[in-house]
Amino acid sequence: MPDASLRELDTFVNDSLALIEGLASLEDLREAEASLTGRRSPLATWQRSLGALEPDERRSAGARLQEARRTLEEALARRGEALRDVARREKLDRDALALGDVVVDQVLWPLGVGRAGLVARTQRELEDVFVAMGFQVADGPEVESDWYNFEALNIPPAHPARGMWDTFYVDLGDPETVVLRTHTSPTQIHLMEAAVANASLPIHSVMPGRCYRRDTPDARHLATFHQIEGLVVDRAISFADLAGTIETFTRAYFGADIASRLRPAYFPFTEPSAEFEITCTICRGGGCRTCSGTGWIELGGCGMLDPAVLEAVGIDGDEWSGFAFGFGIDRCAQMRHQIADMRALIDNDVRFLRQV
Amino acid sequence: MKVARSWLATFVDLPESNDVLRETLDDLGLVVEGVEVVGDGLDDVVVARVESISAIPGADRVRLVSAWAGGEPLDIVCGAMNFAVGDLVPLAPVGAVLPGGFEIARRTMRGVVSNGMLCSGRELGLGDDHSGLLILDPSLTPGDHLTNALGISPDVIFDLSIEGNRPDAWSVAGVARDLATRLNRPWRDVALASGTSSVTTASVANAGIDDPDLCGRLTVSYLRGVRVGPSPTWVTRRLEGAGMRSINNVVDASNFVMLELGQPTHPYDASRVAGRTLRARRAREGETLVTLDGVTRTLARVGRGLGDTGEDCVIVDGDDQVLGLAGIMGGASSEIDASTTEVLLEAAYFEPMAIARSSKRHGLRSEASSRFERGVDPELALRAAARFVEILRASVPELEWLGEPLDVRGSTPTPSSVVVRRGDVARLLGEELADVEVTRLLEGLGFGVRAVTEGLEVVAPSSRPDVRAGARGRADVIEEIARLHGYRRLPRRTPTWPQPGGLTIRQRERRVLRDVVVDLGVLEVWTPTLGSDEDFDLLRRDRPRVRVTNPLAADESVLRATMVTGILSAWARNVERGLGDVALGEFGVVFRHPDDEGALARETRGGEGGRTSLKLPFENERLTVVLGRSGDDATRALRLWSSIAGRLNLDDVVLNEQAPLPPGWHPTRSATIEDARTHAVLGYVGEADPDLVDHALGGNVERRVAMLDVDLDVLLDPTRATRRSEFTMIPSRYPSAMMDLALVAPDALSAHELARVLREASPLVEEVRLFDVYRGAGLASGSRSLAFAIRLSAIDRTLSEEEVTEARQALLDSAATRGAVLR
Repeated sequence: MPDASLRELDTFVNDSLALIEGLASLEDLREAEASLTGRRSPLATWQRSLGALEPDERRSAGARLQEARRTLEEALARRGEALRDVARREKLDRDALALGDVVVDQVLWPLGVGRAGLVARTQRELEDVFVAMGFQVADGPEVESDWYNFEALNIPPAHPARGMWDTFYVDLGDPETVVLRTHTSPTQIHLMEAAVANASLPIHSVMPGRCYRRDTPDARHLATFHQIEGLVVDRAISFADLAGTIETFTRAYFGADIASRLRPAYFPFTEPSAEFEITCTICRGGGCRTCSGTGWIELGGCGMLDPAVLEAVGIDGDEWSGFAFGFGIDRCAQMRHQIADMRALIDNDVRFLRQV
Repeated sequence: MKVARSWLATFVDLPESNDVLRETLDDLGLVVEGVEVVGDGLDDVVVARVESISAIPGADRVRLVSAWAGGEPLDIVCGAMNFAVGDLVPLAPVGAVLPGGFEIARRTMRGVVSNGMLCSGRELGLGDDHSGLLILDPSLTPGDHLTNALGISPDVIFDLSIEGNRPDAWSVAGVARDLATRLNRPWRDVALASGTSSVTTASVANAGIDDPDLCGRLTVSYLRGVRVGPSPTWVTRRLEGAGMRSINNVVDASNFVMLELGQPTHPYDASRVAGRTLRARRAREGETLVTLDGVTRTLARVGRGLGDTGEDCVIVDGDDQVLGLAGIMGGASSEIDASTTEVLLEAAYFEPMAIARSSKRHGLRSEASSRFERGVDPELALRAAARFVEILRASVPELEWLGEPLDVRGSTPTPSSVVVRRGDVARLLGEELADVEVTRLLEGLGFGVRAVTEGLEVVAPSSRPDVRAGARGRADVIEEIARLHGYRRLPRRTPTWPQPGGLTIRQRERRVLRDVVVDLGVLEVWTPTLGSDEDFDLLRRDRPRVRVTNPLAADESVLRATMVTGILSAWARNVERGLGDVALGEFGVVFRHPDDEGALARETRGGEGGRTSLKLPFENERLTVVLGRSGDDATRALRLWSSIAGRLNLDDVVLNEQAPLPPGWHPTRSATIEDARTHAVLGYVGEADPDLVDHALGGNVERRVAMLDVDLDVLLDPTRATRRSEFTMIPSRYPSAMMDLALVAPDALSAHELARVLREASPLVEEVRLFDVYRGAGLASGSRSLAFAIRLSAIDRTLSEEEVTEARQALLDSAATRGAVLR
């Protein structure tokens, strides 16, 4: 390309940049884009004329043209961004509303039927039963250290019993030292530690909350779920008190014709431990598919506080004893409302939310 | 664990009824998860010899077989390919009913009549093999009933769930021991081999333990004259009933003993073990091993997780070469195969936690490791070896077992000795049990019981490593007493206590809040706590985030920092279904990384033993509502907020329209909600940024979406969100004076703020209510007229005209200080 043409190209680029900076609207920008870099632009014309040049010359001229094109395209993109920002800002400003001037009394509010979530409602019903039985309600955090979720509950690191919980680990600190709580039991430890620190034993509390297990969701399980846990630490509390408490709760919540029974089980934090079953709520004990014909379905786990747990929180096991129990809130909801697939609870389909 | 009734019956006389047996097992905590009847319905099946096999024209998946079972040969169409002429196979003739109720009928297939069915193992309920016909022992007689020929009698398999603290019950013998004690019937021991040879084991083999803390006992038996071949049918039937496949007589004997007694053993081909030496030691850094599953394992590498130092216990040979990962899996190099004639049999005790750590670190679980990590009886090893020899002799009668098997001891746990004091049982269980009954139950399980001054001294058997010492052991022993006695026979009592139950103020107010929101038509949703990086970046690009290290899916790896995105996408999915005319809300926790700007990290106990302090994410409970109904806009969100504020008696909340809003909020149609006294931020009210709405709905849509987001940690804390105490203002019995004031105020002064100023202008002001906003003709630009209805009163009198005039002036003066003047 002759020097004259190169000078012409430089001039074109400089003029175009000035033009681009001066563009005031997105329409203008679109037009400028076509006239500066489009098929009828001088750039395109020059491009076509390259064919007539010697190979060496063609290469260097081609490079210059490429650079010019890139410069212009970048400038157009920058300007476009700025203009879009301005347009957005203008639109937002046109749209502005002084919330402080709203006459709230005059805002119309459509009537509509709301619903608390099924889990929240079930949780409240359960809390109410336990409150009537003399329990207080305690909340706890969802992210826990290994100490609260496992070790203080007599589940030392690498203990095979940890296999009972598929754990999500949180990426904080050393590997596998922080977890999404796999059960509500860590709240027991918080309560007992606080009661020791404040010299405020006894404890009669239930602890509802969200828990997490690394378990692929299916019709009966969700990786995120809710449990309610009970803890009693008092003087002269025995297994008989535990069995009686479970029985009273079962009849109060599920109905007078639903009974409970205990069978031996293993949990590291209780000894003796039990699983508790209740009369099958589907067949009322007659035997059906849900209960495999036994008339009983499993609801949760329970037991007398293991001496190791009391030691971990510094409670004197000679003076105090206690029990704990826990079960799934979602599972109660599922049983009571015959929900075929738990995943409906997290689909948030309005048709489900409205009816439950 | 699958246990056959017939196997249990070799140890103890069982109740006749399988239902009773099931109930009994359940009640012992050996929970029956399934019951399967096998070997039933085989009465009509006979042994048949394949006489000829011919192709059926046009069929390549089935063939015509002539089978003879005495009498006339039968033509049978068969789809299996694994047999040849002369093989003996099971035949179900026409009219036979197979297990599961399947009746064999005469059928015509491909134009050929089939007079019965040749059966696979699975079709007969005799195993899981369905790859072809069950090929029978050639020594059987065609025409014989299969049940006679194989010695099959109907059996029941109980699938038991054995709890982690019962390693002793993870065996037929252990389950039988529980049953015998509960049923109060004798427990019969198994037959053990005797008759070792005069050649001592030490003369040909060596054993050693370098690290006694990892390996508590290593016994080595030496067997000569081994012939590797099939096991007798009764052995394979037992294994199959337990869900294991028969491999060969040596491996089968090892598995048999493990299932029966609970002791894993490991047979080595002696010719492939250098120096016929087995030694247990700690693996060294850099050592590797190819395990039986073909995987190369790097040993002694520090693992993840608390307290994992990376130690592995390995078995090495005389050249110090690693043969296997002790107690978990053997190596390929010393495996038994058809040429094996001499066997080194290892029966050992390994430290449970060491096995557990190795097994977890290598992601390798085996039948053996699952037992060792729970704690195998350290005294069982030589009995298990003797039982192994007894089983193997059934197929190799001339087997020579060298004398004085090697037995090296490391450190093994001392069985706990616990004193159960008088009254302890009643204290824990709520009922005293007679010493004689307690003694019977414990002795039945192998515990030693001795009366001492304080009560009973109880010594656990070596098979019960789960029984601890001291107070813990007392609980363990009493659990055993309760279990054997029967939980259902224990008393029940509903405890009472003087302390009242109830909710905290925060819990009560949370309920009130939920009721207000729901009553106003909001549907409560439950959106995911775990989301994707993209979702997080939408509103918090480049901010630190709390991440899960082992998510189920990549888009479920970040803990949410807001519920806005989750609820918006739940709403968007309902819009897609044509159900978007809704208000959705969620009560939930959002998480902030401890390093995030402005996050209040939660300090908590952590680390091994809870001895260190950890900074955990800030967990913030919030209520977020998305209003997506037609006509919903910021004023609706404000209306929702004012209902909440009213119901919670919030005294002094203000809208701050100047404060910066978090990303995602419409910049000119949203405001920050603050407490005027404490300056705490209660939340945000307004609309979603149009760009965010576009993103949620996947396109450019002109649709307003109103939002309210409230921090419940602040809102439900009366020290930060101040409340008016209820009913302290007694309404005056005297008439109120009403007046309207239209004030022209600069745009910068919000009506909300001006009303607050007016309320404080005079003690006579009872109520200030905005009722009109006017903009336009007659007013300077940058200002508008705000009309307030004001009620004045005094508690003890009717206001005089002067007082009203003074109050009016005070109102105007106060307004003027903020630049508002009478219109």
